[in-house]
Amino acid sequence: MERIGEKLKILADAAKYDVSCSSSGSKRKNTGGIGDASASGICHTYTEDGRCVSLLKILLTNHCIYDCAFCVSRRSNDVKRAAFTVEEVVALTMNFYRRNYIEGLFLSSGIFRDADFTMERLLRIVKKLRLEERYNGYIHLKTIPGASEEMIREAGLYADRMSINLELPTEAGLKMVAPEKDHASVKKPLAFVSEQIQSFRADARIIRHTPVFVPAGQSTQMVIGATPETDFEIMRAADEFYREYKLKRVYYSGYIPVNGDSDQLPQPGTAPPLVRENRLYQTDWLLRFYGFDLEEILTPQHSSLDLDIDPKLSWALRNPRVFPVDINTAGYEMIIRVPGIGRQSAVKIVQARKFGRLHVYQLKKMGIAYNRARYFIRCADSPASPGEASMERVKSSILQNQEGKRKTGLKETQLMLF
Amino acid sequence: MYYLFDGSYTGYLTCVFESFAQKEHGAVPLTTDDFREGLFRESRQIVSQPEKAGRVYRGLQKKLGSSGALDFFRAFLSEDRRAWRSSFRIIRRVFDEGAEILSDYGDDDVLYFAQTLKKVSRERHRMKAFIRFQKSSDGLFLAVIEPDFNVLPLISDFFRKRYADQPWLIFDVKRAYGLLYDTRSVSEVRLTSEEREALSSPGTVVSLDENDAHFQQLWKLYYKSTNIESRRNMKLHLQHVPRRYWKYLPEK
Repeated sequence: MERIGEKLKILADAAKYDVSCSSSGSKRKNTGGIGDASASGICHTYTEDGRCVSLLKILLTNHCIYDCAFCVSRRSNDVKRAAFTVEEVVALTMNFYRRNYIEGLFLSSGIFRDADFTMERLLRIVKKLRLEERYNGYIHLKTIPGASEEMIREAGLYADRMSINLELPTEAGLKMVAPEKDHASVKKPLAFVSEQIQSFRADARIIRHTPVFVPAGQSTQMVIGATPETDFEIMRAADEFYREYKLKRVYYSGYIPVNGDSDQLPQPGTAPPLVRENRLYQTDWLLRFYGFDLEEILTPQHSSLDLDIDPKLSWALRNPRVFPVDINTAGYEMIIRVPGIGRQSAVKIVQARKFGRLHVYQLKKMGIAYNRARYFIRCADSPASPGEASMERVKSSILQNQEGKRKTGLKETQLMLF
Repeated sequence: MYYLFDGSYTGYLTCVFESFAQKEHGAVPLTTDDFREGLFRESRQIVSQPEKAGRVYRGLQKKLGSSGALDFFRAFLSEDRRAWRSSFRIIRRVFDEGAEILSDYGDDDVLYFAQTLKKVSRERHRMKAFIRFQKSSDGLFLAVIEPDFNVLPLISDFFRKRYADQPWLIFDVKRAYGLLYDTRSVSEVRLTSEEREALSSPGTVVSLDENDAHFQQLWKLYYKSTNIESRRNMKLHLQHVPRRYWKYLPEK
């Protein structure tokens, strides 16, 4: 009994640098057993770092044959090692799930012996959960690069989401810190699972009882700030992976120094690049939900994101010609490009203006960040302005306003990503 | 004119019916208890009548579809008197002008109604997330909650489907009623004050499963181990898990 606590401590600690915690996107139903998947996902609690806890995120073992410098479980690291038994993982998952602590299981593992051996153990756990416990809750399973396609395919029949981490945004970066690995071995299984998902979907259109295969899709993760890639290189890699492998999510994980022996990596005690990480997520959102193209935000010439302002504001300041946007006539796709207006407000604006021209007080009530948006919009009662304010002035007054709010302890209006 | 009703949704819809029948468009719905608290001008007692309420409900369904009609029930569960008044006026507009007016977000009532729905929906979602069961020695999974709004009716289906093979009881101590699932169907339960007492401190009166403390301990351990100390961000943490919910979260 005490031993399982010790294992849980070690193997949760080793798994926590994988930031993916989403439990959304699956619609698995409860068929005569326990559990189902909630399409929108549920965060059951949050740790003091503000991250959501949705899944029981653990490694099967932190024994690993690889020696990746950025990884806490690397072969040469002097840490306590442990391994769960299949039964232990199943008991923890079921007992946590039945008490409504978690939305499901996130199961990853260090590579012990070889890829197939590791994948086979993971597969045994998910099969036991699905077939013996009749568990229909969420399962996020790591695809182990190098495992046989038969095994990956079988795993896909039981998992809701599968993922493989790209680890470093470029091949060159990966070679620096993990010379035993390469991007090709990540791309191959991502492509395989992606093809399988497509083919199961195609079958489902013709054959009624096609089994579900990885219904919540695939994701990947990149470590940010361990190696010298630019934001442009990072987002170009993300953009490519969204396109090529139809990924549901790319996660950006600010590197937390866990290795004092490598002179290539930031040393322990260095603060993780949290603001940069946030800016990357904001860019990711702009690309996926706001209709932006990568070239509008980052190029080889303009290759890093501003840290003091968000990427949408930064884009707006570089493109004064497209403003002001008239709230009462502009299209939805233009309104969501206004700094301070999100998608939900934009939908409300477009619907509400059918009932009459919109005024400033109405926009404020709808919840837009007016202090930011005001420089970029025209409403029914906007005064005719004699000239346009210069964008430098706009930037400094927005920053001042933010600063003032921070000082007086007011809530900062910022894109909320999860 | 104040309409005083018993606090039930049937009563509320009966008020809507009466305001149409009596052409009292400015009527304000309040519960009889609300009214005791203040001095008001004219008022009338409205007795809940399922037939009249049903007519309003079916009328709304016809105009808005099932989910649209249900939104008025959801807003009602906020227990917010201002939302009740806004809904009252919106229902009139829906019947007079049509369903489209629900997207007239420039209008105070419509916006407030939409915002109320969002608040109720958030609380409903939080209860799906923050409910924590304890397993009693006879196999019943127990949870106690104190939600901001009366969201039990909105989470019943979710828990019934998810935890289909285990009996459970979710009890709202603020509103003194709960939902009991016996692995076949869900029913509403009201407990005596002694029973409520027993429920609010499980382990003392209700005996818990011998493994319950063990798994609760493991959960706390997991919660601590999965935190990354160098990313500590209490502001964000509190935004997501406001202190008022901590009481029933074993990990806090």
